[in-house]
Amino acid sequence: MRTDTADVERPAATPAFQPLGFGRKLKNGAATALFGAAFLIAVIPLLWVLFTLLQKGLAPLLRPDWWSHSFNGLTANDYNGGIYHALMGTLLEGLVCAIISVPLGVLVGVYLIEYGQDSRFAKVATFTVDILSGLPSIVAGLFIYALWITTFGFNRSGFAVALSLVLLMVPVVVRVTETMLLIVPDELREASYALGVPKWKTIVKIVLPTALSGILTGVMLGLARVLGETAPLLILVGYAKAISFNLFDGGLASLPLVIYTERSTGTEAGDYRVWGAALTLVLVIMLINLAASLLSRLFAVKTK
Amino acid sequence: MSAPEAPAADEPKKVVRAGDRVFQSLATGSGIFIVALIAAVGIFLLLRAFPSLQANQVSFLFSRVWDTSDPNNLKFGITDLAWVTVASSLVALVIAMPVSCGIALFLTQYAPRSLARPFAYIVDLLAAVPSVVYGLWGVVALAPVLNPVATWLNTNLGWVPIFADGNVPANSGANIFTAGIVLAVMILPTITGVTREVFQRTPTAHIEGAQALGATRWEVVRTTVWPFGRNGFIGGSMLGLGRALGETVALTIILSGVNIGPNFSVFDAGATFASKIALGSAEFVNDMQVGAYISAGLVLFVLTFAVNAIARWIESASGKGKA
Repeated sequence: MRTDTADVERPAATPAFQPLGFGRKLKNGAATALFGAAFLIAVIPLLWVLFTLLQKGLAPLLRPDWWSHSFNGLTANDYNGGIYHALMGTLLEGLVCAIISVPLGVLVGVYLIEYGQDSRFAKVATFTVDILSGLPSIVAGLFIYALWITTFGFNRSGFAVALSLVLLMVPVVVRVTETMLLIVPDELREASYALGVPKWKTIVKIVLPTALSGILTGVMLGLARVLGETAPLLILVGYAKAISFNLFDGGLASLPLVIYTERSTGTEAGDYRVWGAALTLVLVIMLINLAASLLSRLFAVKTK
Repeated sequence: MSAPEAPAADEPKKVVRAGDRVFQSLATGSGIFIVALIAAVGIFLLLRAFPSLQANQVSFLFSRVWDTSDPNNLKFGITDLAWVTVASSLVALVIAMPVSCGIALFLTQYAPRSLARPFAYIVDLLAAVPSVVYGLWGVVALAPVLNPVATWLNTNLGWVPIFADGNVPANSGANIFTAGIVLAVMILPTITGVTREVFQRTPTAHIEGAQALGATRWEVVRTTVWPFGRNGFIGGSMLGLGRALGETVALTIILSGVNIGPNFSVFDAGATFASKIALGSAEFVNDMQVGAYISAGLVLFVLTFAVNAIARWIESASGKGKA
């Protein structure tokens, strides 16, 4: 029973939570276990995929000629041959894609942060980048097909692939540039202006170098992502079993294309090549990711 | 660079330098280019799809036929494609949504702070595996393990239409059921990433307030974190849906070509919009045939555009209204 004075001091209200009984403890424990289990559920496929890759794909990678030969002249049952042609094709396409995407993406990021700010057009551009980052890779491929091959009349080629990859990589570069430019302290810009440095020079010489490590990391991560894309390759370039450095004409192999195409051989040797290529592709992506984190550490600007 | 100072400036204080002008127009031009690019995607797909759509002998939206072998007698409809696309994406969402939410809560509310970052990195690694590898893994490693589950679902819950017999045996592995699970793994990092970020933004005052009232960890989550982050979670799930709808190669590998139409069960094989286009690449010789596939691509573009736009809208709306 409450006394009158206590009622005045503390209005009658049921406590928000009942004393910690068995039921609440149980619920809390169950929730903790459930959320932890959810995390484990995500780890299982990751380890499983890596295990399958290593189990099936390691043998070819241990042969030295895997890295120095192509699949040229191989029959369906041949265990010789190497991935060199596809490795070069993948790196070549990635390089061209990066050469176009990086300046474009960085400039868009600079526009959004340094010039556009809250203008209406900047909002439209931000929305566009959002939509672009959700663009299915097959649609990017179809668009380049409709533009580059049907309308302009060029041949299917590695360059067309690189163009379609640009559509997928630019939003990544824009995003990371935006984030990094936002972190650059305004004091730096103001100090530069106060010294009479023009805005563009401030951006090029002060702001971008400060954000460089972050942008580089983002570029590498974006590159790693697009190198694994297969869908645009299927419609934009023919598969070549031989080594080729020709980006503008004829077939060009790449790691994802090897995986997809060699699958159809349906032989054990075909499987051997497919899994070898798959492990090689994942290795390339992991190496780029690793390089990204190393770069970010090397070039990190000391703040504080 | 010593750019000549522009004398035309009206206000004597503000000097516009040539370098400034060039650089600003470069940056703005790039912005305009990007916006024009997404418009060009829509316009060019539409332009290329139009002649084929006009020549189409059957209803594009409601036909279940896809026969583009004769460029002069095109028959293509998207009903079956739409079913397989939507069904596999929904299976993926049903699995990935609760798991992602659980992971996001685990990472933001439960995992020790020093481990939260490496744990998040592990989940992000799932996104680094290329989809073609997921396709291989799905067929070779996952499907055999799933077969007993699929068979069980089919025999015991076969009276539910979606678990009824499909156009391939339930234990074949090459069906929407397997594809959906592979897709779920692929969209897990997307949904988790967005959700984690929103959950992290839960005001500390709310959490501490609940703790002060004597809430357990679970009650804190239920009363503050979840109501705050719910919309962000839904937005993130929509982003994941967008990715699932457009996923190509993994599905092409898993749901490999079956010519009979699906029976509207998860034990169907078939083709999604994206995998149909990938499979059709051999037919990319005649503009009319290509146009049929571009029509399918256009539908996919519109679909993913809509889903992503809604996702971004929900995401940006959440967290603003409530403090």
